[in-house]
Amino acid sequence: MSTTDLIALAAALCLLVAPLSLAGLALMNAGFARSRAAAHAVLSALVATASAAIGFLVLGCAFFGAPSHHITVHGTPWGIIGSAHTFLRGVDFHSLNASLTAGFLLFAAALVAVIPLGTGTDRWRFYPMALSSALVAALPFAIFAHWIWGGGWLSQLGAIDAGGSSAIAAVGGLSALSITWLLGPRQGKYDDGGMALPGHNMVMVLFGCLLTLAGWIGLTATSALLFGSATPAAIPLIAANTLFGASAGLLATLWVTRSRYGKADASLCANGFLAGMVAVGASCHIIVPVEAAAIGLAIGVVLPFSVECLDRLGFDDPSGAITVFGLGGLWGTFAAGAVAQGHPAQWLVQLAVISALLGMVLPLTHLVHLLVNRFSPQRVSGDGEQTGMDMHELGAGAYPELQQVMKDQFHR
Amino acid sequence: MKAAALFLLFAGLPLAFAAFALLPPSPARIAFVFAALAVQLLGLILIFRAYFTHSDGHGMGGGQ
Repeated sequence: MSTTDLIALAAALCLLVAPLSLAGLALMNAGFARSRAAAHAVLSALVATASAAIGFLVLGCAFFGAPSHHITVHGTPWGIIGSAHTFLRGVDFHSLNASLTAGFLLFAAALVAVIPLGTGTDRWRFYPMALSSALVAALPFAIFAHWIWGGGWLSQLGAIDAGGSSAIAAVGGLSALSITWLLGPRQGKYDDGGMALPGHNMVMVLFGCLLTLAGWIGLTATSALLFGSATPAAIPLIAANTLFGASAGLLATLWVTRSRYGKADASLCANGFLAGMVAVGASCHIIVPVEAAAIGLAIGVVLPFSVECLDRLGFDDPSGAITVFGLGGLWGTFAAGAVAQGHPAQWLVQLAVISALLGMVLPLTHLVHLLVNRFSPQRVSGDGEQTGMDMHELGAGAYPELQQVMKDQFHR
Repeated sequence: MKAAALFLLFAGLPLAFAAFALLPPSPARIAFVFAALAVQLLGLILIFRAYFTHSDGHGMGGGQ
């Protein structure tokens, strides 16, 4: 077996566990939602996964794939957008590497679509969400993935993102920022002085974290093998670094919340775990465990303050996705440049990646959300929100017995 | 304000690209990249401000 085949086989095995990250995020979103929107949260994750995969298949693959449309500056051609066939036509599915890349990107597009669902929980309608997911996968995600993984200008500069800190996490996190801006806060969150609206099941959230970790290790390993020039021998290091980053993030958040509030905050600790995991993704194959722990520790300390700051500014983000994936992804992207060895100006290239995320992904994602909103309002009606997304959009709740008890109490 | 914020976010991108495409590795390149990020930071601040002024419980998405 040749080295190329061995790498492709290892990537294929890693890709098999990647869907666990989708399952984990779906479970977390359901836990962060209120009980009257729990079934809606999980079904939304399925719908977003399906829509994003279709969106990428129909259009995104064309904007990702080689050859690139170039612009030439001072005699150097810079790849700006892919010009492959739509519907994955032209992909040689007999080549393990080509079919793996296509399969990996479908999962990555699905993850990008699932990340903002936690932010829009309790108020984001199904159909516009499905359309937005498909368009985000087809446009901003595909174009940015081309830039950094598909031979575009960022990869020509030597940008590092082996595990998707920028192309998956930050794109999803910025999409979450855009959608919370568009949807506004949940009813009762800031009205009449405001109140905390905690998730209905913290066990789901914490178990979802563990599932996400398992899937994320598979995802980052696949990505590092396909796009980061890693070898199968690096897989244990990638797994260890991901775990160390997540662990340091969790412990740092645990310490900060305990110091500030007197007791550990379970939802923030879950977020710290994920943020640490996300942040080490970009450099997971080139750093040593101590560096992974340092990257996770830094975001774990900052996370509670960021979540609190966004909350005070009026950004209602029930799952904390803006901080976890947006800020965590941006930090991981920059940190990869700070720890990378051999290229003295790598940090500057990584800043260009951040600039590309803020300059292309955020505006384009927001335009997509605005466009969809124009045809079909993204936010549910006030009555629908009060009834609960489960009853309003699905006609049945996740916990029918609980609803019966509440109805009985209301009539008593 | 919304459109201005999106424009500023986008405007930083050509600056960052030009820093690498047009300039050799030098302090000027670093300054260009930081200028790009500064413009984008301004855009982000405007987005936050725009959101804050619309934060009346309905957001900009509008309910049905």
